[in-house]
Amino acid sequence: MDPILTKYVREPHSYTLDFYLRHEGYEGLRKALSMAPNDVIDLVKASGLKGRGGAGFPAGMKWQFVVKDTPKPKYIVCNADESEPGTFKDHLLMERNPHLLLEGCLIACHAIGAKVAYIYIRGEFLHVQHVLERQLEEAYAKGYVGKNVMGLGFDCDIFIHRGAGAYEAGEETALLESLEGKRAQPRLKPPFPAVAGLYGAPTAVNNVETLSNVPLVLLRGAEWYAALGPEKNGGPKLYCVSGHVAKPGVYEASMKTTLRELIFDFAGGVRDGRALKAVIPGGSSVPILLPNQLDVEASFDGVSKAGSLLGSAGIIVLDETTCMVWLAENLLRFYRHESCGKCTPCREGTQWLLNILEKIERGDGEMKDLALLENVAGLIAGKTLCAFGDAAATPALTTLKNFRGEYEAHIREGRCTVPAPWRRRSAAPAHSH
Amino acid sequence: MTFHPKIDYRELHRSARRLPHDDGQPFAYSAENRARLEEIAKRYPPEGRRSAILPALFLVQRQHGYISLSAIPHVAEAIGCTAAEVEDVVSFYTMFYTRPVGKFVVQVCRTLPCALRGAERVTEELIAALGTDPNGTDSTGTFTLVEVECLGACDRAPLVMINDSWHECLEPDQARALADDLRARGEAAVSGCHHQQADRAAHQ
Repeated sequence: MDPILTKYVREPHSYTLDFYLRHEGYEGLRKALSMAPNDVIDLVKASGLKGRGGAGFPAGMKWQFVVKDTPKPKYIVCNADESEPGTFKDHLLMERNPHLLLEGCLIACHAIGAKVAYIYIRGEFLHVQHVLERQLEEAYAKGYVGKNVMGLGFDCDIFIHRGAGAYEAGEETALLESLEGKRAQPRLKPPFPAVAGLYGAPTAVNNVETLSNVPLVLLRGAEWYAALGPEKNGGPKLYCVSGHVAKPGVYEASMKTTLRELIFDFAGGVRDGRALKAVIPGGSSVPILLPNQLDVEASFDGVSKAGSLLGSAGIIVLDETTCMVWLAENLLRFYRHESCGKCTPCREGTQWLLNILEKIERGDGEMKDLALLENVAGLIAGKTLCAFGDAAATPALTTLKNFRGEYEAHIREGRCTVPAPWRRRSAAPAHSH
Repeated sequence: MTFHPKIDYRELHRSARRLPHDDGQPFAYSAENRARLEEIAKRYPPEGRRSAILPALFLVQRQHGYISLSAIPHVAEAIGCTAAEVEDVVSFYTMFYTRPVGKFVVQVCRTLPCALRGAERVTEELIAALGTDPNGTDSTGTFTLVEVECLGACDRAPLVMINDSWHECLEPDQARALADDLRARGEAAVSGCHHQQADRAAHQ
């Protein structure tokens, strides 16, 4: 499959409105505005477009659930808080193809009857935000956003809202809280955002890549879109390959492509001629796959069948020099830092998991710590308001399941048994969280 | 949060209270920033004016360098909410500084994809080159060094963010040169996000 979403990202002016208009820009919106909102939703449902943020929930269904019969306004909120470790695709789309996202926001607003879309972009993406803001101004000036869009009688505003550093803001209800000017902490569901979202009004929260796919569906049709991928996994997909590969980067491919092809053909394989040890296929929150589990389609369903999740399609490649205890410790430091603190099992449990992992990694572990790790992880997973708890428990559980011998060697020998030249040389500072 | 005798709570959890530093200086927005805040507030419906808290705090930080204690009631008044509601937000988000920082805030991404490509070594070299430990500022007030979590640029690891700009693919042995370059040329020394357009092309 030739790139579609990223076809022009290497062209110097691909981000400008002029360039976009020369390549069928805003024609998907024109088509959408000629259709009834419900027909737009049906078309997106027929395309099988699944949400690209991590959960893979069908986008058309999400829009259908938005309560239409209400005196309240309705909102589209674009989740551009790309924060899952190993994920960097939305950054590329927004920086190099921002009008595709703006067009997607407008079509989504038409579909659910919203007059306003907010793009919640993570605070660390200021350079991307500047590109988006300039292009949004341009789109306003040329009549593609704002009053009477394209002279077709459709009014719609788009606003950009900058986050301030919180991974949890990527969870959709936490994002809404943050957008309302509060701490990014998740809400109890139900009610779901489709019923009571931003300011208590019906809201659909969609990822950047999801919304960027919408103009394609309108322009080329649901059948064309669905046929790009395997059954129920239609459309082009952006994969982020990072870690120990020769050519890290964003690669666009059909979801018929296998994980092995993405790592070895697209990203050039493991760097420095080392052997592959394991792969985290969907951002840091998903279970590890071993080298013999990679001949599966990199689709939502394919990766699920292999025992992991496609998640945000952040493929982190680990070579033979990677210590799995160190890896779990590194990720638990991340989850401990990012736990929003609302649910006790997650706030306290991530600290305990980190303490135990630090102890084992520095060589002070005891065999009974392994059961304790499993116990604490089990007390977090499934016991929190949002999926963060499951995600935080995963690194410890998945490394224990696949590399228990490595943990035992650390404990037996009283040291890290897989030291690597790319790790710190001085002793790790105690309690460096 | 709970307190346990065996946990070292040297750095409190983000959900715990961190009072901003009291520098004894009263804070007030410049006329320009106050007007800017009103412009921003128009993006939200009247009942959603609190949404402007994050932008309001970024304006404080841009004007004052960090968010001091006296800025909290000032922002609350401008937004029309309580000081507690503002402080609740300040203490939660990592991009708001509640203490004075150096001229350059050097933030090293330490999460897995960057760590796999040498971020721990980058931090070690930066500690030596900048003359400060993580979460500290050097004696001249030039550099504040912070280890941060995933910045979302794992393909250009190890990534360092200097103030609001990215410096990509920083090898450990380049850390000292970067520190010198920052001292000499200021933010012109920062690579920015150019790999996206030029070098990145070779990847795809």
